[in-house]
Amino acid sequence: MIRLEKRPTPSRAWSLGTPVLAVLLTMIAGGAMFAALGQDPFETIRIIFWDPLFHERFAAFSRPQLLVKAGPLILIAIGLSFGFRAGIWNIGAEGQYIVGALSGAAFGLAFYPSESVLLFPGMILAGILGGLLWAMIPAVLKVFANTNEILVSLLLVYVAEAMLASAATGWLRNPDGQGFPGSRNLARHPGTDNPVPLDPGGKIVGFLERIGLVSDGRILGGFFTDAHVGIYAAFIAVIAAYVLFQKHMFGYQIKLAGQAPRAARFSGVNPGRMVLLCLGISGALAGAAGLFEVSGPAGQITIDFNAGYGFTAIIVAFLGRLHPIGILFAGLLMALTYIGGELAQLMLQVPAPAIQAFQGMLLFFLLALDVLSNYRIRIGRAAAA
Amino acid sequence: MRTLTRLLAGAALATGIAGAASAQDDPFTVGFVYVGPTGDFGWTYEHDQGRLAVEEEYGDAVETVFAESVPEGPDAERVITQMILGGADMIFTTSFGYGEATNAVAAQFPDVYFEHATGYLREHPNVSTYSARFYEGRAVIGHIAGHMTESNIVGYIGSYPIPEVIRGINSAYLHAREVNPEVEFRVVWAYTWFDPAVEADAAQALIDAGADVIMQHTDSTAPQTVAQEAGIISFGQASDMIQFAPTPRVASIIDNWAPYYIERVGAAMDGTWEQGDTWDGIGSGMVVIGEMTDAIPEEVRASATALMESIGAGEYHPFTGPINRQDGTAWLAEGEVADDGTLAGMDFYVEGITGEIPN
Repeated sequence: MIRLEKRPTPSRAWSLGTPVLAVLLTMIAGGAMFAALGQDPFETIRIIFWDPLFHERFAAFSRPQLLVKAGPLILIAIGLSFGFRAGIWNIGAEGQYIVGALSGAAFGLAFYPSESVLLFPGMILAGILGGLLWAMIPAVLKVFANTNEILVSLLLVYVAEAMLASAATGWLRNPDGQGFPGSRNLARHPGTDNPVPLDPGGKIVGFLERIGLVSDGRILGGFFTDAHVGIYAAFIAVIAAYVLFQKHMFGYQIKLAGQAPRAARFSGVNPGRMVLLCLGISGALAGAAGLFEVSGPAGQITIDFNAGYGFTAIIVAFLGRLHPIGILFAGLLMALTYIGGELAQLMLQVPAPAIQAFQGMLLFFLLALDVLSNYRIRIGRAAAA
Repeated sequence: MRTLTRLLAGAALATGIAGAASAQDDPFTVGFVYVGPTGDFGWTYEHDQGRLAVEEEYGDAVETVFAESVPEGPDAERVITQMILGGADMIFTTSFGYGEATNAVAAQFPDVYFEHATGYLREHPNVSTYSARFYEGRAVIGHIAGHMTESNIVGYIGSYPIPEVIRGINSAYLHAREVNPEVEFRVVWAYTWFDPAVEADAAQALIDAGADVIMQHTDSTAPQTVAQEAGIISFGQASDMIQFAPTPRVASIIDNWAPYYIERVGAAMDGTWEQGDTWDGIGSGMVVIGEMTDAIPEEVRASATALMESIGAGEYHPFTGPINRQDGTAWLAEGEVADDGTLAGMDFYVEGITGEIPN
């Protein structure tokens, strides 16, 4: 007989070991699936996990793309981890991401064709504010009307999507676009574009080359050659969250509110304030991610601008065990499976649903193996209590 | 069933590509970027048929690759770039939302040919755009719908309120009203191109509102299923959807991309490719009306065929005056024909359609 016995505290060894084990199990199960599809399993797995990083033809392009794809996921997931730790469930980051992008883009386009250096900082602020205010709707309703923030934040995603469609086909539509939907391109207009500080042709890299610190124009293995300001913001968010959770009273209060709400109340934690702060932080970061995306990789407001980052970030937050460093790695791992999955589709014509199933397996094993860090597996009869 | 087809298709494809690669050292590689799954039996399915036709036509001289369900956002640029790094010499991006990404990548790879469907951006000499005059097909099915409806309510599932969709509604309405002055159009906006659940809901809402004919400008077959259950009629969209014949699907508008794809790939291979903006219709075979079933009375089939032939021969333009705008102002005078510029940016309903275009 096999029994599960709860560990008094989660096993540290298993917490670190399960992600590695999960990846291995995914490779085995996924490999079997690819073999059943008529693909060479070893080649497919190599293309997904190895080629984006080291293939001689693809790596130079896909390495920086890894950060571009992971950046918004990490930024949003860090914000979500505050609420999730405190038991406050913001499921609507996708909506906050959209509203952040809309507010930021609207701010930038309002001053078109200005190329002022103040424009982009203003857009960032507008994006943060947009996401923050959108998250305040479920927050305020929860605090003052005791509504369920899961439902309200989720349903507001659909409202945000309708606003996005109306912006793309109406009030933010490119006047020079012959009636087609979509705003002007922010990424290709100086002033509203999201700068790429370590762009190989840019000033910083040029300076470092002149003083002899860099020779081939690529810094840090080339990972940062396409990294826009949003990627740096994601790294700053990781560090800030780490410090807050480890060193600051606020981090402790969040943990307490999540694990022992009554104890938290007795120790002077105001639950309403906690809701406003946690939803506010996650909304602000999701809004910022939306703005960085619309002014960078996406370039413009379109009907289908949102690509599901807000929902995927929920998975990233849990994959990373709600820990900032964990989220950083989880975001990078997700990005790797996306980019590697695309490569497998192109190189071997693996069908897209098979790639999605493969990603699903990874999440399944990661979460299923969680049981090993929280429980001990006992084989044999239960000892008399 | 769908999974099995896809499995088989995947296996067949894998062996096909391996064969092509070994037969010749460097075949001309053509990449296709799809917005939906190749098994949608609608928009993407027809583009994939075009791809297969290219393979058939040129055999070992051509290799094709594709990526399906690529979101029309920041991911598109990466997918296109990876295709080119993987060896693609020519790229077809088969949805409007890939316009900016197509042009951005085209700037970086001036030696690669780009073909963007249903868009207008040609910022670089290596980018062409192409689309079909779907409104010509809409005129024919509108004509049939006007004859067939008994409740005089035609339900129309729109995707997004963009010129292409509005043009289709106008064309269908004008030709339904021509044969049935009592006809009314009810439009529901689904705000999606492909979402079977949403499309089914939209179809049901229209049926509940009294519609006995459903037209769709979305890509899934879900509205057909709903129409079948309700015992009313519908039209195949983008693809033939013949599996729903003879009813509810009584006819269809098929996007036939194969001739264009074969021509353009051939031109790129022999160096005669030139930038262009193609907008073809029934005449060239880019828009095809699928088989009209026996559910349509014979005389209606005959008049619809006559309409189709006169459009195809260029004798009749579906937007021929007198036509007023919805607000009653004159748009086209007696005998006047709409110009392509106005059609391309069409953002108004014609007179007689009730309801407002969102925004």
